[in-house]
Amino acid sequence: MESIVRIENVCKDYGENRVVRSLSMDIRKGEFLTMLGPSGCGKTTTLRMIAGFEQPTSGKIYIEDTEIHGKKPYQREVNTVFQNYALFPHMTIFDNVAFGLSIRKTPKEEIRKRVLEMLELVQLTGYENRKPDQLSGGQKQRVAIARALINRPKVLLLDEPLGALDLKLRKQMQFELKRLQKRLGITFVYVTHDQEEALTMSDRIAVLSKGILEQLDCPKNIYDHPASRFVADFIGESNLFYGTVQAKRGNEVVVMLETGTVTALSDDVRMGEIVDISVRPENLLMSPEPTPGFYCPGIIKEYVFVGNVQKVIIMLPSGKEVRVNQSAKIPELAVGTNVFLYWEKEDAVVISSPDNPIFHAVDNPVYSE
Amino acid sequence: MKKNKLLQNLYILLVFLFLYTPIVMVIIFSFNTSKMNIVWEGFTVEWYGSFFKNRTLMDALWTSVLIAVVSTAVSTVIGTLGAIGLSRYDFKGKELIDQLLYIPIVIPEVVLGVSLLCIFSIMNMPLGIVTITLSHITFCIPFVVMNVRARLAGFDRFLEEAAMDLGANEVTTFFKVTLPLIMPGVSSGALLSFSLSLDDVIISFFVTGPGSTTLPLKILSMVKTSVTPEVNALSAIIMLVLIVVISIRAGYSVKQIQKKQSLKA
Repeated sequence: MESIVRIENVCKDYGENRVVRSLSMDIRKGEFLTMLGPSGCGKTTTLRMIAGFEQPTSGKIYIEDTEIHGKKPYQREVNTVFQNYALFPHMTIFDNVAFGLSIRKTPKEEIRKRVLEMLELVQLTGYENRKPDQLSGGQKQRVAIARALINRPKVLLLDEPLGALDLKLRKQMQFELKRLQKRLGITFVYVTHDQEEALTMSDRIAVLSKGILEQLDCPKNIYDHPASRFVADFIGESNLFYGTVQAKRGNEVVVMLETGTVTALSDDVRMGEIVDISVRPENLLMSPEPTPGFYCPGIIKEYVFVGNVQKVIIMLPSGKEVRVNQSAKIPELAVGTNVFLYWEKEDAVVISSPDNPIFHAVDNPVYSE
Repeated sequence: MKKNKLLQNLYILLVFLFLYTPIVMVIIFSFNTSKMNIVWEGFTVEWYGSFFKNRTLMDALWTSVLIAVVSTAVSTVIGTLGAIGLSRYDFKGKELIDQLLYIPIVIPEVVLGVSLLCIFSIMNMPLGIVTITLSHITFCIPFVVMNVRARLAGFDRFLEEAAMDLGANEVTTFFKVTLPLIMPGVSSGALLSFSLSLDDVIISFFVTGPGSTTLPLKILSMVKTSVTPEVNALSAIIMLVLIVVISIRAGYSVKQIQKKQSLKA
């Protein structure tokens, strides 16, 4: 697929502090791409480098195959929706939305037509003579989106645009944004720390941590096949087991944990390798007897009722706790009952990751997590 | 309760009497037929006429206005740019410059006057309108910087980024976004400069030369010989102008507030 923004080996330092580490990624034309990560992961910095507010320390950024290093924000065909809206308080809503066009000396008639069209698109017809401080948060956000979109940018950059809204409004705006993006076919690059927001809206998600791109894939693959321990932990709930690969039969691997043995599917692990296995709580199962291929005992510690599911907290002999989500219809077992954990082999994801604590323990005996 | 209210009103009345009696007296005596400012002899507007015919007084007024306009314009531009630079950039010695800026405000005017006179004589500059204007610019700049910086303190930097993002270059961004938003600070700095320049006596006294007598200096010299009701007439006119300007400004801001409230309701 055709790429519209290409980021090649970009690093960004603030003094001694490296906030983006050799980031490379292709943003495809017309897609809704979300950069997701905790605060300080470099996602906003990356967005600001595409917009032109920051310059990369090294590496290159291309917009439609043109290198844009050193180009000012006003020389780039991208527009930004800011987290705090950044509407001009001294201008009416009409003038705010018209700003980009009037800078480009568009004829008055055309400006008027396009502003009114834009306000209709974001459902703010009739608000053109108001000032920004007479609007609610959600309305301000829509003005900010209209003000950016009216310039028909090649890419729309959105920096946590829904962060200041309450939950209900946020859900509604997520839906509207997605609808708007589909209708206009403009590439959206969206920054958020909210994994649920990322999963519902995006075509693809780029997960960042400490300035490193951990995984770039569609939401389903990110959720079902996390590429690293960080992704598994950050996106949704995950139970992480680690151990060493003990046996391989085709793509079936048997992994020895601290307190038992489990089976999973993987093509690219070696015998003896230390791996993480990530299992979602809804995929983790329990039975009173060991299942073939598994020997992973634990005791039931607690039941937590959350509406349609119940969460069962199970303690392993090592003291580690894991969570199982099961239908609320399944009868509860007594707390303290011995159970054996297992899963369908294809539901577990095997991650070979060098940031496994055991590696550190080998390198550095006093390391503890 | 009622007694309290009475006391309150009495107190307010006294404060206003204390503040405004001298001013009212000046205005009343500008209509006095007697040349002396002591006894009331009868009503006349003759002094207003003779003031406008008094060439030296009118010359002094124009000199003052000219100096005030030029020094306000120059100090407003320099002060505004300085304030923006100081609030936006970090550089070596910024703290020092920050502190130094406020010295002309706290330093006694006599000291400032003497030092300016020294500078001008070292540079061999003939004393006159130019030296007065330069001196006024000197002591006005800190007031402009102070006002504009106060306004910039609450300024959202993202607004400028948004303007650039939407296609405005640095110059357009400044005139369309930055300047309109800091305008209240700039205009109050300019107003302050104008009035400071218009009624400065001490510093002007040191750096004035032949043919550059400002109005306050002229009045001062007249008072030394004899206070004529012409001076009263002049004071009354200045007061009238000021009252009109202030009322317009106050009326405007009241309207703004009302408009905001009615729209919010």
